[in-house]
Amino acid sequence: MGATSDAETICPTGKTISSEPQGPLPATAAKISVRHLNFFYSRRQVLYDIGLDIPEKKITALIGPSGCGKSTFLRTLNRMFETVPYTRVEGEVKLDGEDIFGMSVVDLRRRVGMVFQKSNPFPKSIFDNVAFGARVNGLKNRDKLREVVETSLRRAALWDEVKDSLRKSAYSLSGGQQQRLCIARALAVDPEVILLDEPCSALDPIATAKIEDLLFDLVGSCTIIIVTHNMQQAARVADQTGFFLLGRLIEFDKTEVMFKNPSRKETEDYISGRFG
Amino acid sequence: MRHFEIQLDVLRSRLLEMGGLVETAIHRSVLAVIRRDEEEARRVLLNEARINQMEIENDDLAINLLATEQPVASDLRFLTAGLRINNDLERLGDLAINIVERALTLLRSPETRPLVDLPEMANLAESMVHRSLDAFVKKDAALARSVLASDDSVDERCAEIYHDLTAVMQREPSRIPECVAFMFVAHNLERIADHATNIAEDVLFLVQGVDVRHHAEAKQPA
Repeated sequence: MGATSDAETICPTGKTISSEPQGPLPATAAKISVRHLNFFYSRRQVLYDIGLDIPEKKITALIGPSGCGKSTFLRTLNRMFETVPYTRVEGEVKLDGEDIFGMSVVDLRRRVGMVFQKSNPFPKSIFDNVAFGARVNGLKNRDKLREVVETSLRRAALWDEVKDSLRKSAYSLSGGQQQRLCIARALAVDPEVILLDEPCSALDPIATAKIEDLLFDLVGSCTIIIVTHNMQQAARVADQTGFFLLGRLIEFDKTEVMFKNPSRKETEDYISGRFG
Repeated sequence: MRHFEIQLDVLRSRLLEMGGLVETAIHRSVLAVIRRDEEEARRVLLNEARINQMEIENDDLAINLLATEQPVASDLRFLTAGLRINNDLERLGDLAINIVERALTLLRSPETRPLVDLPEMANLAESMVHRSLDAFVKKDAALARSVLASDDSVDERCAEIYHDLTAVMQREPSRIPECVAFMFVAHNLERIADHATNIAEDVLFLVQGVDVRHHAEAKQPA
């Protein structure tokens, strides 16, 4: 095997791919820039030399087979991996040009919110779930809190369904409503980026459609990154899509290019169901 | 092989079978005109229903696969190109019928010396159909582009034939009905070349993912 330059690496299929950002540079400014990102669980490396630019106020989907590293990548973006022992990260992740590893994790997670695969409302009322982040941030004024809760629930397209039952337990909501509640909770601290890790995997098609419509509404005000196993969901909602395989970013391009005419055979094989 | 891939192969085979039927129909329709062969004309008429039926069945299969498999990338391009090619093949079958109808008209008029060089234009148009289907089978973009390049030649032959027939009609008004029939044949051959061009454009979309219709490729940003 011949030597590769500093900016190149060899992907599992033996083809040379660049560790510089994959695909065309976004037309809009990059909200998050990732360079030479490597990630390790103890000695096991699970991300290899990832480089990409996430454009601001766009929806970016990350796809790939189970274990390819897409969720791990997502969790590096708000340093959620730090809750897992024996993890190590190398490389650079910048939020608006600022190194995320050098900033306060509380500040980072306020700016970069996260919604998980399984909805995880707190054992509290609907109101208290949404108000939680604002209270942690020191907001005590009741009227202001009420305003934050209503605005967040409206942005999460849940207000009309829960406005008369704000004091009920969050557990009284359906699965789809609970997931939108978690999105409202994330929105309540006014994040600039929202990370969603398979947010619809446990939802029926109607609840899924509501979440997807919600993403379209939110993208005007924040940057959205969604990990999904549902190819059609990525095709429907995302402006650009990244394909991960065995810890490497194989291809990153406009979604219509990825699903109509991908440039990499591995992408084509995966999205058309020929492996994975 | 997955069920979906098997079904794609079925559709591919059916389109090729339909393409073969259409090529034969065009060839026979031209023979019916040039050789004044009524038997060839009848055979074309007999095959029309089969071509029409295949169009419906191929459409049905492709739409079912789109609905149930939600294909992407080259599979999506194959199915969308396949739907368009299916439609073009059926239209080609119709044009062969149009030519046959003119052949039957000409058969009712007395046999005369050839008025124009129809065989040359027919050969060009038939070659375009053959090459476009060959490009589809082989996924050969270069061959498909060669079909696009031939379309102007057919248009030029058509214009020449119109010009020659107009001169004949001015000289010998008694031959106007015969000349009009030949004009229709030439027009249908020109349309056949256009549909072959459509198929070649679909092959380019299938193979390279580019849209070259209406010179769209040149309009796309580099």
